Amino acid sequence: MELKLNLGGKKDKVLDLSKTYDLLIVGSGPAGLNAALYAKRKGLEVGIIGKKSGGQVLDTTSVENYLGFEFKTGEDLVKEFTSHVSSLEVPVLKDVEVSSIVKSEELFEIKLTHGESAKARAVIIATGSKPRRLGVKGEDEYLGKGVAYCAICDGPLFEGLDVVVAGGGNSAVEAAIDLAKIAAKVTLVHRSQLRADQIVIDKLKSYENVDIRLETEILEVKGAALMSGVLTKDKATGEETFIDANGLFVEIGYLPNSTFVKGLLELNPRDEIKINTLNETSVPGIFAAGDVTDIPYKQVVISAAEGAKAALTANDYINRLK
Amino acid sequence: MSLLNAQIEEQLREVFADMKKDVTLAVFTEKTGCETCEDTVAFMKEIEALSDKIHLEVLDLEEHKDRAEAYNVVMTPSIVLLNDQKSYVGIKFNGIPAGHEINSFIPAILEVSGAGEALPETFMKTLNSLEKPVNIKVFVTLSCPHCAGAVQKAHKLALESGLIDAEMVEAQTFYDLSEKFNVSSVPKVVINDQYEFVGNQPLEIFLEEIAKTQA
Repeated sequence: MELKLNLGGKKDKVLDLSKTYDLLIVGSGPAGLNAALYAKRKGLEVGIIGKKSGGQVLDTTSVENYLGFEFKTGEDLVKEFTSHVSSLEVPVLKDVEVSSIVKSEELFEIKLTHGESAKARAVIIATGSKPRRLGVKGEDEYLGKGVAYCAICDGPLFEGLDVVVAGGGNSAVEAAIDLAKIAAKVTLVHRSQLRADQIVIDKLKSYENVDIRLETEILEVKGAALMSGVLTKDKATGEETFIDANGLFVEIGYLPNSTFVKGLLELNPRDEIKINTLNETSVPGIFAAGDVTDIPYKQVVISAAEGAKAALTANDYINRLK
Repeated sequence: MSLLNAQIEEQLREVFADMKKDVTLAVFTEKTGCETCEDTVAFMKEIEALSDKIHLEVLDLEEHKDRAEAYNVVMTPSIVLLNDQKSYVGIKFNGIPAGHEINSFIPAILEVSGAGEALPETFMKTLNSLEKPVNIKVFVTLSCPHCAGAVQKAHKLALESGLIDAEMVEAQTFYDLSEKFNVSSVPKVVINDQYEFVGNQPLEIFLEEIAKTQA
């Protein structure tokens, strides 16, 4: 038993809602935090409005591909990010959600779901994404009754039980590795071939309690009060098989958190915010960065870099206004 | 076994420097059947040593029945935070607040000491209109990074309303209770043993569910 101390800037400056900022950043993951760092160093009056400090990196067991850090837990990496940003005294409004952004004359009003609002001359949207659902029968019904989306959070509740992991990317394979250490049996089910890094696939295959079923589709989550298993279909033979399992961990990618700007900004068919190489959106003065945008490859290092780009473009924009 | 290392001790001393008033940690234990009581008490002793404003009381669930009842303590280990008047403010941790839960435990001490921030007025209005008692259980695992956020919210609501009693429940220590509420995803929030939701949801959602208990 160890301590995972992360008070995430308990002494952070608090955002002043009566003030008009040069730039407000919506989102506090790698893109938002790096945008804040760059904007602050440019001398802008900048603040962050965030829901979850660190974003999705927080749910990642280990990050081994961020340059400069051979191995970091997702949480430790977030700690490095937040302490760097808070050393520059960037004010933060935490644990809030934005309901909409309204343009009024030369300003943007960022409305929060609990009724308050904040004002800025420019905005960077870096709200990231959330886990994608499978969209099969029984998934909603058994949410929290077996169906789960965070392996490090819920894994310990499945000690000695059987679980299924859905997905074939790095997140799915890493979740399966984490669960293999706790659960009695782990079955990884994916509808096509694995696209995770070879290095993690090899690691997964070293566990004896792991079964991998490729080209297999999940049709339905079944059970009574709690889930009892999933019905799957072999895509080649069409044969249906029921896999007994107490849990289903869904790791099949992400959906952008862009609902609050629908109708305001141009989105692509996947609901990602369309940006150009300067991180400009369809509305002048609103920029976007990271997983919520239409850039390919959702990676921590890419999001951080995109945040920096967005801040530099926003700085140019604000200087032109002055 | 020491949970704190020199670096964390240093950080915590600094954080506790912001405490306004005294806080007492009342830890309930049992002589038999409590596997984690010893570790919990040892951990609390380490915390107590980091600030003159933090005081520790080790109580026995049987011997101190009256006080257990006053704080609605039914299982061990259970840590109840008392303010400078030694009054119960509705904040409780069932199970050792180690792992990620240190991040709900430390802020709770600061909150009870009076060093917290005010809630937006809209939330206070709803809280002030409550008429019936509310119990909030937040089930967590110690490896869950965003569970502490849900625990903090529940405790903040308890602190701001005399009618709300909020408790963290460590799901693995209290396996039977977790079974009873079908906990298979955390954080799982159960209100008055009846209304529930999963995830570290915004305060609005907590208040929406709480409203259901007032009908």
